[in-house]
Amino acid sequence: MSVVELQNVSRWYGNVVAVNDISMTLQPGVTGLLGPNGAGKTTVLHMMAGFLSPSKGAVTIDDKPTWRNPSIYRDLGLVAEREAVHGFLTAREFVTACARLQKLPDPKAAAKRALEMVEMTDAQDRRIDTFSKGMRQRTRVAGALVHEPKVLLLDEPFNGMDPRQRMHMMELLHRLGDHGHTILFSSHILEEVEQLSGLVQVIVAGRLAASGDYRRIRRLMTNRPHVFAVASSDDRRLAVALIGEKSVSGVEIEATGLTVRAADYGSFTRALPRIALGEGIRLRRLLPSDESLESVFSYLLEA
Amino acid sequence: MSTVAYITVRGLFGRRRALLLLPLPLLLMALAAICRGYDVKPSDWGQPVIVGLGLAVVLPVIALIVGTGVLGSEVDDGTIIHILTKPLPRRDIILAKLLVAWVVTALTTAVPLFVVGLLADSTRLGVALAIAAVVGSLAYSALFLLLSLVTRRPVLLGLVYVLVWEGLLGRFVSGTRVLSIEQYVITLADKIAPTGLLDGKVSVPVAIVMSAIFALGGTIYAINRLGSFSMAGETS
Repeated sequence: MSVVELQNVSRWYGNVVAVNDISMTLQPGVTGLLGPNGAGKTTVLHMMAGFLSPSKGAVTIDDKPTWRNPSIYRDLGLVAEREAVHGFLTAREFVTACARLQKLPDPKAAAKRALEMVEMTDAQDRRIDTFSKGMRQRTRVAGALVHEPKVLLLDEPFNGMDPRQRMHMMELLHRLGDHGHTILFSSHILEEVEQLSGLVQVIVAGRLAASGDYRRIRRLMTNRPHVFAVASSDDRRLAVALIGEKSVSGVEIEATGLTVRAADYGSFTRALPRIALGEGIRLRRLLPSDESLESVFSYLLEA
Repeated sequence: MSTVAYITVRGLFGRRRALLLLPLPLLLMALAAICRGYDVKPSDWGQPVIVGLGLAVVLPVIALIVGTGVLGSEVDDGTIIHILTKPLPRRDIILAKLLVAWVVTALTTAVPLFVVGLLADSTRLGVALAIAAVVGSLAYSALFLLLSLVTRRPVLLGLVYVLVWEGLLGRFVSGTRVLSIEQYVITLADKIAPTGLLDGKVSVPVAIVMSAIFALGGTIYAINRLGSFSMAGETS
């Protein structure tokens, strides 16, 4: 059992603070590291993997610091976001080389096992530079898994994968998590995390915005007010009618139409046509304007 | 260590820039053969071909291509990460890379320099040039390996060292020669086979001690730098 721990970790580049006073503990199982692009996920992962020194605080795996400590790689595997692999090697050569560098007693058998695990046995004798993105990704995962590390860190592992490859990878990570490995993967896509992991750490603008069970955080997200842009034949009269509706918590009149805040997505979308029909107002436009991930994350940050 | 060396060799010769290693030594030998064939006096062509082309261009440029190729290109494309995420002492990684760079550079430069020395004067000069090239290869390789870790443009900085520091300043400002690997190589070759063709400008002890300092200092500093290798996030 391995525990990855960040204690009051900050990292800045000159005047820019990339990670701001984050503390977290990762336990065995699958954890998702969630956040919009540029939130600091990669910086956190790189510090965990010993490729960045924290400007402040401590990053440890089983109480051993990760920075300038190559021995941690006996227990740690990293699948970085950058998909560079030695393209001139075949998958089997690459994974076997990884096994040898880990000084495993039987590198060939370990490589075979890792390639089977990621289902790359059929293509194992092809050069990596002939592979598709997903195959490359799986080969890199095999390389990172060959020594069966207790901790596996993956930076955006689903980027560029087709749905089938995604499913394969998710199954694999699940399996590893169930076997007691500590798996952390980063993603900026909520649905990926939803399918894969019960536990999430949400990072927004370098800070830890939420941490814990996904369902609880998801509930926070669904309880937030929904914002709609509405345009009609008579905006002002529609606004008067809408404010009397229970599910509406606010209406603003703007040059291009109305901005309506609704507490409940379902009842508002059912009520709107009824109200418009009753008032004899023609609806021209109805757009949910608040569905971007960034707004979900920033809502979490405020919550 | 052998696996790192294996991947390094495969990487070095798997890239197109390995072909760059061929023309310069061939040109060097061809020039010497032509001069010899046309019975030009060695005193007329020896110095420009051996020093001007062989030691001032072929040796450092090949060392630069190989020295930055063994590590710099892996740092550049990010594949170094697969080697760094292994529980290997950073010393082993640097030594394996240095060994590959040294052996490849030494073979590619010592053989043509031996041939040129043989054609210009004697077997003794050939052997002297080959030995000096082997020593110079080590000093250059350590330097260029280190450059791969301290700058994102090791080739450019290496070229500045070879062309500006050694080539230009070395010619006019005598003090710069103490830090010029080319001068150590000339001095060593001249000491082993004194002919009128080579003109060493630094003393033999300086050449030996400074070569060792370049090789050792570069290696130790490179090991330390690799220990603190940082990755900048692409999305952060």
